Amino acid sequence: MTDAPLIEIEGVEKYYGDYHALRGITAGIGAGEFFSLLGPSGCGKTTLLRAIAGFEDISAGRILIAGRNMDGVPPNRRPTNLVFQSYAIFPHLSVAENVGFGLRRAEMSTADKRRAVGEALEMVGLGQYGGRAAHALSGGQRQRVALARALILKPKVLLLDEPLSALDKKMREQMQVELRRLQRQVGITFVLVTHDQEEALIMSDRIAVMFEGEIAQLDAPEALYRRPASRKVGEFIGMMNFLPAQVGVSGVTQGGIAVEVAGLGPTVLQSAQCPGAARPGAAEVGVRPESLTVLFDEGTPAAHRATGRVDEITYYGDMTYYEITLEGAPKSVQVSARNMPGRRLLDRGETVALAWDPSSLVLFC
Amino acid sequence: MGDRRPVNALSKALRSDAGRGLTLVSPALIYALLLLAAPLAVIVLFSFWTQNFLTIERVFTLDNYRTALTDPLYATLMQRSISIAGMVTAVTVILAFPVAYYISFYVRPERKSLWLFLITIPFWTSYLIRVFLWRVILAFDGPVNGTLMGFGVIDQPLPWLLYNATAVVITLAHAFAPFAILPIFVALEKIDRALLEASRDLGESPAMTFLRVTLPLAMPGVLAAVLIVFIPTVGDYVTPRLVGGSGGTMIANMIYAQIFDLNDRPMGATLAVLAMTIVALTLIWAISRVRLWLWLGGRISGRARLLVLAAPVAEIALIGWVIGQGPAIFGLIPALLALAGAVLVSSAAILFSVPRGRFAV
Repeated sequence: MTDAPLIEIEGVEKYYGDYHALRGITAGIGAGEFFSLLGPSGCGKTTLLRAIAGFEDISAGRILIAGRNMDGVPPNRRPTNLVFQSYAIFPHLSVAENVGFGLRRAEMSTADKRRAVGEALEMVGLGQYGGRAAHALSGGQRQRVALARALILKPKVLLLDEPLSALDKKMREQMQVELRRLQRQVGITFVLVTHDQEEALIMSDRIAVMFEGEIAQLDAPEALYRRPASRKVGEFIGMMNFLPAQVGVSGVTQGGIAVEVAGLGPTVLQSAQCPGAARPGAAEVGVRPESLTVLFDEGTPAAHRATGRVDEITYYGDMTYYEITLEGAPKSVQVSARNMPGRRLLDRGETVALAWDPSSLVLFC
Repeated sequence: MGDRRPVNALSKALRSDAGRGLTLVSPALIYALLLLAAPLAVIVLFSFWTQNFLTIERVFTLDNYRTALTDPLYATLMQRSISIAGMVTAVTVILAFPVAYYISFYVRPERKSLWLFLITIPFWTSYLIRVFLWRVILAFDGPVNGTLMGFGVIDQPLPWLLYNATAVVITLAHAFAPFAILPIFVALEKIDRALLEASRDLGESPAMTFLRVTLPLAMPGVLAAVLIVFIPTVGDYVTPRLVGGSGGTMIANMIYAQIFDLNDRPMGATLAVLAMTIVALTLIWAISRVRLWLWLGGRISGRARLLVLAAPVAEIALIGWVIGQGPAIFGLIPALLALAGAVLVSSAAILFSVPRGRFAV
């Protein structure tokens, strides 16, 4: 990125008394980006979002939006709008009055304001609901009202605090797609806080994974999934198996890293597959369930093979997850297989051959 | 078998949800019927009788009402009672709001109950003693005058502190403060703080957030406070008697005088019934008109809004005219009954057809 990011977060610290909630957060969020703050509860993601919105003072560091230092700027003067987790729909106002709430100071005629409210409601698919009382709305509708109310002000940044957590699964999946579409349509920078890794992967351009007040990794969804920077990130994003491994004494050479992986055997990994510095000795290798391929036809040629025993079967309809103990490995691994037409399910206790690819492994030293 | 069925039916009825609820409220209900409804009925009955020296003439007559409604003394006292109660309500609610706001928004959650407890401390002394204390505080040689003279603000003690309507307002406002603070506090506590943040986030300053979000959402509490303060103060007689002097005498003092000093119970009963009716009608009228006014105000803009504003003024003028001229033209009782009927019917029509507005009125 050649331009300066729209939001620059520089060394932000936050203390609540003795509690260190944010520990030196630095990140840049680009204009028009869909950016997610992902982490377990208590990791500081909501605190950071509220600091951007202006509801939390920061103890050190600075936050710049469009090049302007936001220190001491109250929420009502910031070019940001927030969709609250509870939606915070004004119960004493109608849907249209809620959506038009922020337009009071806008220099527009009443007719223009009414038109803008109508358009905003149309955009979120609530065109007919303007006259409704706010308390007569369902959860999904309240969320749309909250979105329309924030977007009508055309903020530079829209902040979303776990906006989908109160919705049921179907509704949530639908809103994930819709939010993404809406973001592309309006071109506003979205900053989403979520604890749901799947939601973050589906919606975001980039994700900052946060643990205990720090950003553990900031990457695009695919990079985050394929090359987690630490065992913790790998565990948090999707499912990952960890196998004990031994980095050879000859160790790290120009040609790669020689590793002996329990259950998979000896192999050579590229240095890019090892976040941090590889050194000889005990290590762990991470492998995703879909990176181990069950060879339903024993005769299929495969460069790298392993053998294992099926311990447990979990059937999901489109996929089946097998718990398989590899020969020479201390504990079982999860292996996923797509249920293609004509493909049988494995039985418990069955011995199967698996194919794997060294490039899909990640080495954690 | 046959004689067991009613018992079964009764026990079944008592075990149903409605029956259980009725069982639960029955002690209070019986108490209320015996000690509130029955005496009230007796008072209404008395108001249609007359006193003939030591005996009561048990003959239905409207004479008392005619006297009560024509003698300007009673009208003056009634008017003064309503205006003093109105002032007390205004002063109490306006002073109570910031206190309730402070406790709800600035006091740490674990300290709130302590604050509420402190606010109820005045109730630890009897009402009578508190009124007497105000008499001491506001007296000619009391601490207020003493302090002002000590600082040289005044040379002579202020004679107008005590024995007038102002003294009544001060004393009653103090006595009823907790009653106003508590409902307002409850309403403020119920406001989701995220709503206030949402308002700030949508571009409003703290002051505008208060006007557009906090105040409308606190209105149910304010309304409750208004009713809780206004209704008992209209009928208060201890405070006006002790600190009111002649200028602060209210209708309840006259009712007391009729019954105990003049030994005219029917006349006292008549005044009591009239006072209740007038207060009820005034409140219903005020609430329905405020609701209509807010509802119209939200739908009409520009010049038409002034017309909406003028409508209650015109109505007050009309009511005043009926009270002033009506009796001479239509006869006393028909004119007033028609007025009461018109107020009731129009208010009921408004209350049933106009939805509650954003101020919960």
